[in-house]
Amino acid sequence: MNDAARTLRFTAHNLCKDYVVRVLDGVQFELRAGEIHALLGANGAGKSTLCRIISGLTPATSGRMTLNGVTYDPRDKRFAESLGVQIVQQELNLIPTLTVAENLLLGRYPERWGIIDRKLLHAQARLALDQFGLHEIHVDQIVGSLGVGQQQMLEIAAALDRNCELLILDEPTAALSAGETERLFARLDELRQQGVGIIYISHRLDEIAKIADRLTVLRDGKYVSTHAVAEFQPIEGVIDLMSGEAQAAAHANQNHHSYTTERTMIRVADMSRDEVVQDVSFSVQAGERYGIAGLVGSGRTELLRLIFGADRLDGGEIFLRGATKPVRFRHPHEAVKAGLAMVTEDRKQNGLLLSQSIRVNTTLSSMELLTRAEGIGIINLRRERELVEAEREMMQIHSRDIEQSVDTLSGGNQQKVAVAKWLLKGADVFLFDEPTRGIDVAARRKIHQLFDNLAEEGKALIIVSSDLEELFETCDRIGVMSAGNLVSEYTRATWSYETIMQDCFSGYTQHETNTVSGATV
Amino acid sequence: MNDSPAPDSKTLNVDVPRSASRNLMSSLLQYAGLSGVLALLILIFSLMSTNFLTVRTLTSVANQIPDLTVIAVGMTLVLIIGGIDLSVGSLLALSSAVLGVFMVDYGWPLWAVVPICLSVGAFCGMLNGVISVKAGIPSFIVTLGMLEMARGSAYLITDSQTKYIGSSIEWIGAPIKGFAFSPVFLLSLVIVGLGQFLLTRTVFGRYCIAIGTNAEAVRMSGIRTAPYSITVFTISGLLCGLAGIMQTSRLSTADPNAAVGLELAAIAACVIGGTSLMGGRGSVINTFFGVLIIAVLQTGLAQVGASDPIKRVITGAVIIVAVLLDAARQRWKRGG
Repeated sequence: MNDAARTLRFTAHNLCKDYVVRVLDGVQFELRAGEIHALLGANGAGKSTLCRIISGLTPATSGRMTLNGVTYDPRDKRFAESLGVQIVQQELNLIPTLTVAENLLLGRYPERWGIIDRKLLHAQARLALDQFGLHEIHVDQIVGSLGVGQQQMLEIAAALDRNCELLILDEPTAALSAGETERLFARLDELRQQGVGIIYISHRLDEIAKIADRLTVLRDGKYVSTHAVAEFQPIEGVIDLMSGEAQAAAHANQNHHSYTTERTMIRVADMSRDEVVQDVSFSVQAGERYGIAGLVGSGRTELLRLIFGADRLDGGEIFLRGATKPVRFRHPHEAVKAGLAMVTEDRKQNGLLLSQSIRVNTTLSSMELLTRAEGIGIINLRRERELVEAEREMMQIHSRDIEQSVDTLSGGNQQKVAVAKWLLKGADVFLFDEPTRGIDVAARRKIHQLFDNLAEEGKALIIVSSDLEELFETCDRIGVMSAGNLVSEYTRATWSYETIMQDCFSGYTQHETNTVSGATV
Repeated sequence: MNDSPAPDSKTLNVDVPRSASRNLMSSLLQYAGLSGVLALLILIFSLMSTNFLTVRTLTSVANQIPDLTVIAVGMTLVLIIGGIDLSVGSLLALSSAVLGVFMVDYGWPLWAVVPICLSVGAFCGMLNGVISVKAGIPSFIVTLGMLEMARGSAYLITDSQTKYIGSSIEWIGAPIKGFAFSPVFLLSLVIVGLGQFLLTRTVFGRYCIAIGTNAEAVRMSGIRTAPYSITVFTISGLLCGLAGIMQTSRLSTADPNAAVGLELAAIAACVIGGTSLMGGRGSVINTFFGVLIIAVLQTGLAQVGASDPIKRVITGAVIIVAVLLDAARQRWKRGG
C-alpha cells in the first residue's frame, strides 16, 4: 500500500482551466516515478495547457494536484522548479548572447562576494554536459552560435541539472537530428531508472512507441483514457482515440452549400521555403472554401505567408484567375494589389494596430476609398466614418463607438476588426490563418457566416485551422499538411476525422530515416 | 465585457449622428491641458514681474521661436514613426553655414540661396532616412553620425568663422513695421498648420501613425513602409534647412556653432506636447504648445532674474512633470 503511494510521482484530479472558453475540463492525470508518460491529443486538446499548469506557468481555474503524495499548488514557475518540476518548452528559453555555462547555471552561479567563480562555473557546466553526453559542446561557447538541435539539447541538460523529479518535454525532438534523438532517449532511459517521472509530448508516434511506458489521451480539453503503450500494435491505433466521436461531426453540417464554380481563382505550384514548406501545389476555385489542416509547425502559416509575399520564396509559382503567366509577390503590397487579403494568425503581433481606434484599423488598407485625388491624399473623414460605421454594423463589432481603441476590445471583436479591414478593402482571394482561435462562440459563428457570404460572392477562401471541426463545418475541400508537405486532399464526400488525423501525423512517423535526409527530399 | 449586446445597441443609437461640433469640442479639449499649463506659467510670471505681460515681451518670445518650432514639427513626425533625429541642430548649423558662405563670400542674393539651404537639409535628412530604413540601422545611431558629419561640414565650409550678413537677411526675422510679428514667425505658424494637417488629414500622416504603432502590421496590411519613413526624415531635414535660414535672420550672422543641443530642446517640446517616444502618437499643435511652454519658461525665468543653472533645473523639472501628467492622462483615458 505504502509502496504504491510512493511510486506515484504526480496526480491531477478534475483539473479545469478557463480562458475565453473552457480549454481544460475536468482532466485527470497520474504519473508514476520512473515512467515516461506520453500525452497525446490533436491541436487544442489541452496538452500544453495541462503542462503549463503543472509547471506553474499558469494557475488552474479549479481542481487538485499532488506531488509525491502532497497537495501541490504551484504559485509560479520558480516555485515548481524548487520542488523539482522542470519543463522544457518548444520555444527555446536560452539567452543567445551568453555562453553555454552561463546559460546552464543561470540563476545559480557559484559566486564569492558577488563575483562569479568562473572556474567553478565552467567545471559544473562541464559536468552537466558530460552527464548528458554533450562532450562536443564547449562551456565557453556563445549559445547563439550553436545549432538549434544543440540548443535544444542544452536546454534539456539545463533542466536536468537542476533538481529534477518531474520533467516535462514538449516536442523535444522537433529540432533534433536522428543521432541527437538517440542520445536524448538514452538519457531519458537513465532518468527513468533513477525514478524521475517524465511527461512527454510529441507528434511523432513512433517515438512514443519506442520510449514511452504509458500514454494518456486528451480530446477537446477532456480526459479520454490512459493505456499502456504496448496495448497499441501498431501505435497508429491510438489516433482513433484522439479523433473519437468527433468523426460524427465530419458530415454533420447538412446546411452546407457549395458555391464552387468552374473558374480557378488561384493556383500555386511547388511553393517552397527552406525545409518549412516543400513543393506545395494546389488550386482553389472561385466560390470555394479550401481548408488546410495540419499539426502546429507543419508549415501551414508559412505557406500562407509565402502566398501573400510576406516571406522570401525559395521556389514556386502563383497563378491568379486562370492566367498562364505566374505572378511573383516580393512584398504583401503586391499581393494586395493583385487581389489577395490575409487575416493573420497573431492579430496582436501583425494584424492590428492595437493602440489605434477601430476606425483607423478598419480603413488602413483602403485609403484609396477615402481620397479624391491621387497624390495629395486628403482623407475624407466623413466618408471614413460612414464606411467604418457600416462595417461595424455589418460585422456586429461591439464597442462604445468607432473611436474606441482596439486593445480595449475582446478577442472576438478584435478579430472582427481584423476581418473588417479586408472586407472593406475587398479581395478575390482571402487567406485566413486560425480565424477563430481564442474567440467567443458568437464571434466564431459570425466569422463562419462570413465565409459563406464570401464564397457566395465568388471569392476563393483558404482557411488554415487547428480546429478540424471548424474546417468540416465550413470548407468544401481540405488539404492536409504534414512536416512541410501537402500530403493529401479530401472533399466533403471523402474526408473523415480519422483519415485526416492519420495524414497529419504521417510526415513524422518515419522519423529515424527521415530527419537527416528527409529534409532535403 | 464588450460582448454584451444590451449596452451596445444603446450606444449605437446615441453615437451614429456624430456631429461636427462634437468633434471640434473633443479636439479643443485635447489642447485644454497644455494651454492651461501655458496660461498658468504666464500668470505666474506676470505676478512675479511687472515687465512680463507686455506686448514687447510676448512678441519677443514669438520672434525667437520660429527655428525651434519648425524643427520640432519635423521631430514630431520622426518620433511618430518610431524614429528619432539627433542631427537637427547640426543640420541647422550646416544650413546656416551654407547661407553665410553663399551670401557673404559669393555675394549671392537671399532668394537664390534659400533653395540651396533647403536642398542641403533635405538631402541630409533623406540620407538619414535611406540609411536607417534600408539598412535597418536604428535612426538614433544614423542621426548621431549625421550630427557629427553635419557639424564638421559646417566648420569646414566656413573655416570655423562666423559670417556677418546684416540687413540683407535681417528683415525676414524682424517684426513687420506696424505689426508685432516677423515674417519667419508667421511662416512657422503656417508650417505648424501644414504639419498638423498632414498628420491628421492625409493618407501620409495616417500611415506615419500606423508605422509608429506597428510597422509589421502595416506591412501585412499591404502597405510599403520604407517610402513613408524616408520621406519623414527628408521632411525633418528640409525643416532644419529652413530653420537655419530663420535663425540666421534673427542673429544677422551665419554661425557654424549655432544650435548645439537644439535636438534635445526639440525632443523636449515634442514630449511636453504628449508625443510618444515609442511612436504612434503625437500632435503637431501640441508640440507647438510644448515649444511655447519652453520659450515662456526661458524668458520668464530670465526676467525674474533666475540664473542660467536655475533655469536649466526648472526647465528639466517641467519636462518630467509634463510627461508624468501625460502618462497619467493616458492611463485615465484607457481606464475610462
